[in-house]
Amino acid sequence: MRLSELPKNASAVVDRVDDTHDADPIARRLRDLGFVDGEPVRVVAVGPLGADPLLIQIGSTRFALRRSEAARVSVRQEAA
Amino acid sequence: MSASTLRIALVGNPNCGKTALFNQLTGGRQKVANYAGVTVERKEGRFTAPSGRVLHLLDLPGTYSLDAASPDEQITRDVCAGNYPGEPAPDLIVCVADATNLRLHLRFVLEVKRLGRPVVLALNMMDTARRRGIQINVPELQRRLGVPVVETVAVKRGGARTLIERVDGEVPRAAPVEPDDAASRGNLHAQVRELLTATVQMPRATDALDDAIDRWALHPVFGLAILAVLMFMIFQAVFSWAEPLMDGIQAGITALGGWLTQALPAGSALYSLLNDGIFAGLGAVLVFLPQILILFLFILTLEESGYLPRAAFLLDRMMFKAGLTGRAFIPLLSSFACAIPGIMATRSITDPRDRLTTILVAPLMTCSARLPVYTLLIAAFIPRETVWGVFNLQGIVLFTLYIVGIISALIVASVIKRFRRDKSDHALLMELPSYRMPHLRDVALGLWQRTVIFLRRVGGIILSLTVLLWFLSSFPGAPAGATGPAIDYSLAGRLGHALHYVFAPIGFNWQICIALVPGLAAREVAVSALGTVYAMSGSDAALASQLGAVISQQWSLATALSLLAWYVFAPQCMSTLAVIRRETNSWRYVAISAGYMFALAYMASFLTYQITRMLS
Repeated sequence: MRLSELPKNASAVVDRVDDTHDADPIARRLRDLGFVDGEPVRVVAVGPLGADPLLIQIGSTRFALRRSEAARVSVRQEAA
Repeated sequence: MSASTLRIALVGNPNCGKTALFNQLTGGRQKVANYAGVTVERKEGRFTAPSGRVLHLLDLPGTYSLDAASPDEQITRDVCAGNYPGEPAPDLIVCVADATNLRLHLRFVLEVKRLGRPVVLALNMMDTARRRGIQINVPELQRRLGVPVVETVAVKRGGARTLIERVDGEVPRAAPVEPDDAASRGNLHAQVRELLTATVQMPRATDALDDAIDRWALHPVFGLAILAVLMFMIFQAVFSWAEPLMDGIQAGITALGGWLTQALPAGSALYSLLNDGIFAGLGAVLVFLPQILILFLFILTLEESGYLPRAAFLLDRMMFKAGLTGRAFIPLLSSFACAIPGIMATRSITDPRDRLTTILVAPLMTCSARLPVYTLLIAAFIPRETVWGVFNLQGIVLFTLYIVGIISALIVASVIKRFRRDKSDHALLMELPSYRMPHLRDVALGLWQRTVIFLRRVGGIILSLTVLLWFLSSFPGAPAGATGPAIDYSLAGRLGHALHYVFAPIGFNWQICIALVPGLAAREVAVSALGTVYAMSGSDAALASQLGAVISQQWSLATALSLLAWYVFAPQCMSTLAVIRRETNSWRYVAISAGYMFALAYMASFLTYQITRMLS
């Protein structure tokens, strides 16, 4: 499933980041920011309009990602 | 390079407290300029270490990765690698990392280490880390990383002592250069995980206080309400606190000019140049300083506290629909005081395309220089009536003018979005840092730097334009026995008469056209210029009331409404255009913004004038 499909307060683990096109700079930056296999993530908050952007906590950091950005991240939900 | 100086580059992730550390090390001894050809701020400072060695410090733009995604990140990458033209390679790189956020920040440290230059790691915000119970085994971290590690607290006096001692000592040996490819980049995260497991213990991933504040600050309803209240308070402060200061500055400058020129014969050209040219120009520059300072004080405090990205988070969706970004919110808000600090504030927008759109629409926000024109016309033409029992009609008209400005900015931004060639998505990807108590020294230094920029760069332009326009409005003088006001015979007067052909279809008479010419320097000057054309003098308040009486008899309602509509767009502010030139480094964008605003102003006035005439 995609990070953008995760409901508020739900946790998951990152699988990988997919490029939407060749040399996708946003995907590269996401990987640099720590969106790599095995990293736990959680949707902490969502924007007031259309639930966009998403506030994602990864490690100790909170990043605001637009839905289109979060859709590049594929996640899996693991039994906690 | 002599042995007694050392060039140090300060690098780190955004929000690592790097600039606070830079302020702590250099105090006020900083030089702020731009990198050649780009509008990325270059901050340099120096300090003398206990050994007597002079250390040159370069505060490089914060970056998440050396795989640069924006012009400021490219500069950091190139300077660190020693590839930036005109910038010698640093002898030592001090990498600053937030001790409470090592999972993110250590990756960048590893990336910098691979450049093969001497590196020292400063673990900053150690006080917060201790408060949150984060335990870092520094000797072990140093051993595993292979670079010297020191602890710092940038916001505390003496908090950089260990760092100073370390950089003053022997320069550490550089790690071997390592290739940068996709596989090794992916490997960095694995190395960070290993380092963290071995050296760091965190009882809780985030600060409990941050989570508690964010539950309210980012709440879909309360969050927006808090934002609205904050904005309202800033507005109140900018307009009500600044007013006595502005009156004082105006009076002081007029008195100073009068005192300095009392020895000169009244009516001589020099007397007029000093009084009506130079001192009036100085007044026009300085009168906005209180508003700009108060505005920047709030913005800096909000920025330091970590709230600004939250505001951007709440508003991003709305602004993105219009082709902007959440980050454009502060520049646009500042533009309500004056477009100049607003356009200066767009530097916080990292994406060049989003920044340009913001610069182009910022002048559409109703700046305070338009208020004197609005109040004059509204008082003269809009009846003081109560509508629907509670609202004042004059107030509604003023409010409508503000709203029209905002709506047109959103429309223009969407049009720009539609027409630009680059349709790729541009990321928001914004970190929401921990909340922090704003630190007095950092706020004060920021305020001082922005004031200097405003006075030096913008002041010079406004002052020279005012003198030029004084010259246009004074020469040639009125011939002997002339009956009309002197300005009518001057170059500006002739220009006004010539402009009348262009502006007749939108209902402007030649007096308005003449007033538009000196109004180029600063919009509110148009009011006093109208006073000059109708040959009256006196204080601004007296002028406005007399002038109001005269124009309400001589102008039609259609003309007055048309002038109001004109000022919603009002392209004629030279200082704004000069700042656009400076911030975009391009005359093309100056021409585009002047051109589109002129077209919109003309169209709006034409429609307003013709429709009002048809209806009345």
